[in-house]
Amino acid sequence: MAVIDTLVQGALLGGVYALFALGLSLIFGVMRLVNLAHGDFIVLAAFIVLVGATSFGLSLPVATLIAVVAMFCLGFALQRLVLEAVLGEDIMPPLLITFGLSIVIQNGLLLGFGADSRRLDAGAFETRSLEVVQGLNVGLAPLLALIVAIAVILLLQLLFYRTALGRAFRATSDNPEIAQLMGIDHRNIYAVAVGISLAVSVIAAVAFGIRANFDPAIGPARLLYAFEAVIIGGLGSLWGTLAGGMVLGIAQTVGARIDPEWQILAGHLAFLLVLFLQPRGLFPARRA
Amino acid sequence: MTTLLATHALDAFYGDFQALFGVDFELAQGEAVAVVGANGAGKSTLLKSLVGLLRNRHDAIHFLDHDIGDRPAPEIVRMGLALVPEGRQLFASLSVEENLLVGAYGAARREPWALDTVYELFPVLRERRRGNVADMSGGQQQMVAIGRALMSNPRVLLCDEISLGLAPVIVEDIYRLIPRIRAGGTSVVIVEQDVARALRTVDRFYCLQEGRVTLAGRPADVSFDDVRKAYFGA
Repeated sequence: MAVIDTLVQGALLGGVYALFALGLSLIFGVMRLVNLAHGDFIVLAAFIVLVGATSFGLSLPVATLIAVVAMFCLGFALQRLVLEAVLGEDIMPPLLITFGLSIVIQNGLLLGFGADSRRLDAGAFETRSLEVVQGLNVGLAPLLALIVAIAVILLLQLLFYRTALGRAFRATSDNPEIAQLMGIDHRNIYAVAVGISLAVSVIAAVAFGIRANFDPAIGPARLLYAFEAVIIGGLGSLWGTLAGGMVLGIAQTVGARIDPEWQILAGHLAFLLVLFLQPRGLFPARRA
Repeated sequence: MTTLLATHALDAFYGDFQALFGVDFELAQGEAVAVVGANGAGKSTLLKSLVGLLRNRHDAIHFLDHDIGDRPAPEIVRMGLALVPEGRQLFASLSVEENLLVGAYGAARREPWALDTVYELFPVLRERRRGNVADMSGGQQQMVAIGRALMSNPRVLLCDEISLGLAPVIVEDIYRLIPRIRAGGTSVVIVEQDVARALRTVDRFYCLQEGRVTLAGRPADVSFDDVRKAYFGA
């Protein structure tokens, strides 16, 4: 039972990592942009939800919804006003811009909220659990995070493969110049992609924020897990990203079971092992 | 006849390199026009300028009573210009049908071309609609590229080297469609290296050489020798 429990807890943790990684995977898939500030945007989203819930007294779902809309708009504006100017053949300028954004967001949050650890308050829901079989308890909050991760991927897949906007995303990802010949304004497509990415990061922020403490400086560490999940799963594949999150989560819980000091290291070792065995990840997108 | 699309003293540049010098070009409503010339004469550059992939002077290009020389490509495409690019340039991660559907993304009109009518034009595409474009023959890929452009129901269809790399019998099939495309109310511009074929298909032609128009007129009014001189230089 201990083995199964470890695996289940790991898979649930993987759901949160997958949520971290989805936004990163999405932007990379559509525009080949690596957003080094992704982890910090997740933390920013967590603080927006926190302010909505504590300063304005909104319920957590309402605060989340408002943050989703706000972060979508922020992402759209960020792309149109900042990233668009540096996006091109050279991958260095956008990397440097997002690296700078990471520092700006961290220090902005530090200035506004101080360095204290915070947590989102989900009331009794945080600690409630479900006894699946005797001896195997599953926390409702982690379970919900995994279900939400799967739901978000399903929604994104529907968007990508069943709608005109999704075709425009994929066409632009294939060849932005030819996509323009279809009447697709690639600048707006990119802006919507960044918007959706940041909107998804709000979901990640909430799933994380009711599970663990956060403070303005933890963004880069979250980014690292997100990166690992994306790479393990294979670039450009959303289901792969979920699988990558799971591998990472399970490796960490298994490592923690052996020795609590091994938790983080086990995750990184699993990452290296996958890279060694499958350099393109577990489920690489069809196109190289 | 009313002029639909025209350029006035169009110069086009790639960085410091000038590819077109003062090109005057005109296309009337319902007309089919060929642009012929050797490699590097500026044929593709002219098409890229028309559709907005190369930006120009505001008043260098005129379409539907608007100066469009400096407008971005998506805007011009939405006004009713479509380009079948050289080398087909299909979207590899989209299925055959999705490639056609994405062509309708910025469509100003829904008639007469839609999935059904394009499949009628190219029945083989209906059979392979779920397939991957990379698995198709060159001729079939060219059909997808033409169908994709038609899906936007353009007023003007620009075709860049649609016979390149295809078997002669396939080329024949594709050229046989041009009258049907014109019957749908679309004017056609054909860029072609096969001069004889191009001249058989169109009402008028332009010959480009090193970025300048060296000859223009009706195929019936010029001798083959005139064209040869305009094509290669004296």
